[in-house]
Amino acid sequence: MTDALTSLTIAAARDALAGGKFSAVELTEAHLQAMGGASGLNAFITTTPEAALVGAAEADARRAKGETRGPLDGIPLAIKDLFCTEGVRTSAGSHILDNFVPPYESTVTGKLRAAGAVMLGKTNLDEFAMGSSNTTSWFGPVKNPWGPQDGKDLVPGGSSGGSAAAVAGRLCLGATGTDTGGSIRQPASFCGIVGIKPTYGRCSRWGIVAFASSLDQAGPMTRSVRDAAIMLAAMAGHDPKDSTSAPVAVPDFEAATGRGIRGLKVGIPREYRIDGMAAEIDALWRQGEAWLREGGAEICEVSLPHTRYALATYYIIAPAEASSNLARYDGVRFGLRVPGETLDEMYMNTRGEGFGAEVRRRILIGTYVLSAGYYDAYYLKAQKVRSLIARDFAEAFETVDVILTPTAPSDAFAIGENTDDPVTMYLNDVFTVPTSLAGLPGISVPAGLSARGLPLGLQLVGRPFDEETVLSAAAAMESAAGFDAAPSGC
Amino acid sequence: MSSLDSATVKTIAYLARLRIDDAQCDALAAELSGILQWIEQLREVDTEGVAPMTSVAAMTLARRPDVVNDGSSLGAVLSNAPVPVDDYYAVPKVVE
Repeated sequence: MTDALTSLTIAAARDALAGGKFSAVELTEAHLQAMGGASGLNAFITTTPEAALVGAAEADARRAKGETRGPLDGIPLAIKDLFCTEGVRTSAGSHILDNFVPPYESTVTGKLRAAGAVMLGKTNLDEFAMGSSNTTSWFGPVKNPWGPQDGKDLVPGGSSGGSAAAVAGRLCLGATGTDTGGSIRQPASFCGIVGIKPTYGRCSRWGIVAFASSLDQAGPMTRSVRDAAIMLAAMAGHDPKDSTSAPVAVPDFEAATGRGIRGLKVGIPREYRIDGMAAEIDALWRQGEAWLREGGAEICEVSLPHTRYALATYYIIAPAEASSNLARYDGVRFGLRVPGETLDEMYMNTRGEGFGAEVRRRILIGTYVLSAGYYDAYYLKAQKVRSLIARDFAEAFETVDVILTPTAPSDAFAIGENTDDPVTMYLNDVFTVPTSLAGLPGISVPAGLSARGLPLGLQLVGRPFDEETVLSAAAAMESAAGFDAAPSGC
Repeated sequence: MSSLDSATVKTIAYLARLRIDDAQCDALAAELSGILQWIEQLREVDTEGVAPMTSVAAMTLARRPDVVNDGSSLGAVLSNAPVPVDDYYAVPKVVE
């Protein structure tokens, strides 16, 4: 019974709760038990079992009175430890915040709570969401539940690696992630789950620890496209506390998953067929094309000529914004303080000890590209190239409704690989970063297994605020792919 | 091609108020130089007449009435202070 409860989709659990098949408390207990058995994955930084059971009991009490707060009422979820949660430590995976207990709640998690969702705990992540492997966390790496492979533990991807591992490992029914350059989509691909980064502005960033403010977006990570639609509907919406949150209505995303794709125009960007692309990635991409064509969509080639410059653009803009955002961690108002003789010494000691190697590297790059004499050559140039990348997409979307690409250039690699050279690690995001720079919605859908038996995802990208088309195409591809593999033991 | 030397790394680290061990400076200089050389490929792109992107979504910033709508939460504001003194954050002395 316990296994059955943790293997449900959110949609199935919602229907079963409504039908009285089991209680929210039983559902939550089953997940808490699974979490206890899988602590070796290191998917959670903080667990909140008592609060979870209280929340579940409240959901049951509401239901007993014939009330419900909607599809997430009583559904156990995990929250990336980048979302501020009132009274629950929010570390951002960093030593500098490992004692930080926010006195306020992020808008997105507040909305999920208001919808009756039960929070199981806070999931592990790359420090300040900077990474593609979840190995930069102060709290140690997360293991991908699909591993080990050849005796080596695998990364879950990053930065939302704990969330991806928890969803794939059946430790929660869904989880929140955040995506700056691929941090929802790449771990979703590595762990065989669904992850959507919505349009920039769709979800409020208020109360989410900031990495790169012009790129950060929250989104759901789930085991089905329908579940992603259900969670996104609860997370999205205008928030006056975030000036970049868009004052647009939240559509019925779940209904969109049943729309079908007959007549849909799908673009295949020729520049994404990069040199040295793995044959199995290329084959899966062509398979995805065939699935959509068989479903009644029309496939055509599109050109996104500035694609090859996206990563370099990203690695100027994101560190620049990060170096500004992370200036607030100075040991004065919250977080770690390491004493010093003078105020400057205290700042330097605190930040030197509080930040890990990757975060320090990005702060230094960001500080350099923003410094006097270099601003125009690097930052301003990158913002111009970013305009061109966004223009490429806008032109492509004049002829197609959605764009199909691989999510990541490989399957999950072993913990410790790709660490010799930072640029090698950055290449993981080659297919996801352009979408982020243009602020567009992108989803990763599990589509097949690699030769090694590890999951691979395909990405669908849509027009701004057209998550509905993205979700409808994703649902069609999900159903054609029939991906039903799970990590061993799940 | 720009490459950073150890001294430049130290200067940037000071601007960012990051303590960096002297022993790490050379390795860090090499690493950062590698990243900078990689991002310099942007020089190839013709951006003549292209406006830099300043906002991701085409949106006018909303206005709100200029009124006090929050505050009086001293306890919450100071709840995470490493060294609170009375109703203040305390730091090393900056004025003799």
